[in-house]
Amino acid sequence: MRGITTGCGLLIIALTLAVGGFLIIRGTVTFTVFRHSVSEFLFSPNWDPVDSAGGYGGHVGAAVYICGSLMTCALALLIALPFSLAAAVFMTEISPRVGAGFLQPTVEIFVGIPSVVYGWVGLTVLVPFIKNVFHAPMGGFSVLAAGIVLSVMIFPTITTISADAMRAVPQSMRTAAYGMGATRWQMIRGIVIPTAGDGILTGVITGLSRAFGEALAVAMVIGKTRAFPKNILYPTSNLTAAIAADMGNTASGGEYNQALWTMALFLLLISLFFIILIHLIPAIRKRRAES
Amino acid sequence: MNTGYSEIQSARRSRAEDKAMTAVFTGVGGFFLLLLFAFAGYILIGGLSGFRPELLSFTDDGIGNQFFNTVYLVFLSLLISVPVGVSAGIYMSEYAGNGKFLYCLRISIESLSSLPSIVIGLFGYLVFIQMTGMKWNLMAGALAVSVLSLPLITTTTEDAVRALPSAYREGSLALGSTHFQAISRVIVPSVVTRILTGVILAAGRGFGEAAALLYTAGQSTVINWKNMNITSATCPFNPFRPGETLALHIWGMRTEGSLNPDATRIANLSSAVLIVMVLSFTLLARYLGRKYEAGTEGSQV
Repeated sequence: MRGITTGCGLLIIALTLAVGGFLIIRGTVTFTVFRHSVSEFLFSPNWDPVDSAGGYGGHVGAAVYICGSLMTCALALLIALPFSLAAAVFMTEISPRVGAGFLQPTVEIFVGIPSVVYGWVGLTVLVPFIKNVFHAPMGGFSVLAAGIVLSVMIFPTITTISADAMRAVPQSMRTAAYGMGATRWQMIRGIVIPTAGDGILTGVITGLSRAFGEALAVAMVIGKTRAFPKNILYPTSNLTAAIAADMGNTASGGEYNQALWTMALFLLLISLFFIILIHLIPAIRKRRAES
Repeated sequence: MNTGYSEIQSARRSRAEDKAMTAVFTGVGGFFLLLLFAFAGYILIGGLSGFRPELLSFTDDGIGNQFFNTVYLVFLSLLISVPVGVSAGIYMSEYAGNGKFLYCLRISIESLSSLPSIVIGLFGYLVFIQMTGMKWNLMAGALAVSVLSLPLITTTTEDAVRALPSAYREGSLALGSTHFQAISRVIVPSVVTRILTGVILAAGRGFGEAAALLYTAGQSTVINWKNMNITSATCPFNPFRPGETLALHIWGMRTEGSLNPDATRIANLSSAVLIVMVLSFTLLARYLGRKYEAGTEGSQV
């Protein structure tokens, strides 16, 4: 029994290492075999890789895709954060009964809604809406549409984690603030939000990490145009949309295909970076408290 | 006198501010609820309004085959992820102690659970399709989905076993059982509902998974319901045939859907079916979770 369960534990570790290992092997071919520089991939907007098995000599600048990912995530966070914080405060401070009995389960259901369904509703409701109301140049497919769809998707994540952090603020701190004559808003602003700050930050990073890796919902509304957007009403493309659209119809082993694997490796590194960031928060806070 | 007046004013301002902020928070809470109901209502009504019986049929015009693929694929993935996840969870809570190995395991699980599903999909594509030399198939999709659900099942199991009062284990050991007997006869049976909650949630996520299946399970379904020869490529129960799930069907309706005059209707109905499945699975998990809590309350000393 012990042997079997240990084996399963080992399997999980091996699996994680395998995912990382295979992506590194496939993702670095662009740099080792095709001799492109890392800075070309990250910062050059010149994307013109050769799409034939073994052929190379094109350009693999993925800056447009990276910029698209960054812009949609930033926009999503900008929209979702105020709403998430307000919802979390409402759930924990204003009406804990409604919060625990009704809002929390609702949020959990939001988490479970498949991303393609978000994408489909974005495509059939949001895109025409943006087209008609803002007269977007490319028929409503835009950074704005992608940002809104992503914000709805990360909203539950940030809300749940922030609410947990706010619930963990000791009741005695609240009572102390009230005892000094603070109103509820003063208490929330001065005590609850600063004390729960680490937890809220963890929620934000987790939400961002989810937004960065989301593929199909974004691909459905972003327009998949390979150009920097002039403003948020213009379409662009992002890393996940490019992978989802092109991985299947490029020659395996070709420069184009390998560049897509490099993008996947980049996604993996970003998600690892976010995890490390989450683990660093308490350590940084501790060091600051000691000094 | 003057200062007293300004203090009263400032107190009034604080109170007004407090009322305003309470209104804002309540407003956001209410808006949020409305949004969910509007969203779910829109999808359900949209799905049902275009409903025609033939859309449910098990042919190319209906979504019956895709529905079957979805359920079959999630079933296959649970066959893999439940035994592995539950065993690993038991290992972490019962055997691992507090050493380096447990730490590595935790890091692995955390990394695995935060990876974008399209990255898992590409890993599956590379290992289960390219390296084995097979065409798109359901089994590859099931393996990719089980990689995605492993972290959830493992952590649920670990948390459930750790939360069990130590009296359970000690009582069993005191009666002369071995550690293995304590685990298999006492510990696992008493946390089985909680593990089930995690499994149901994992299944619910699996139903909606699309990005990980794009390049593993594929986007085509050619099956013949009269063919029951499991090795044949058109037999519905052959796990090594390509199979498009409902979520991917929605994605496909958008890209290649223009060929199909019913594309919008089919995608609407598929969304409605997915939402109903996810809703019922989430509610079932909640119901079981609550039942478990009610069940253990009485038995705790």
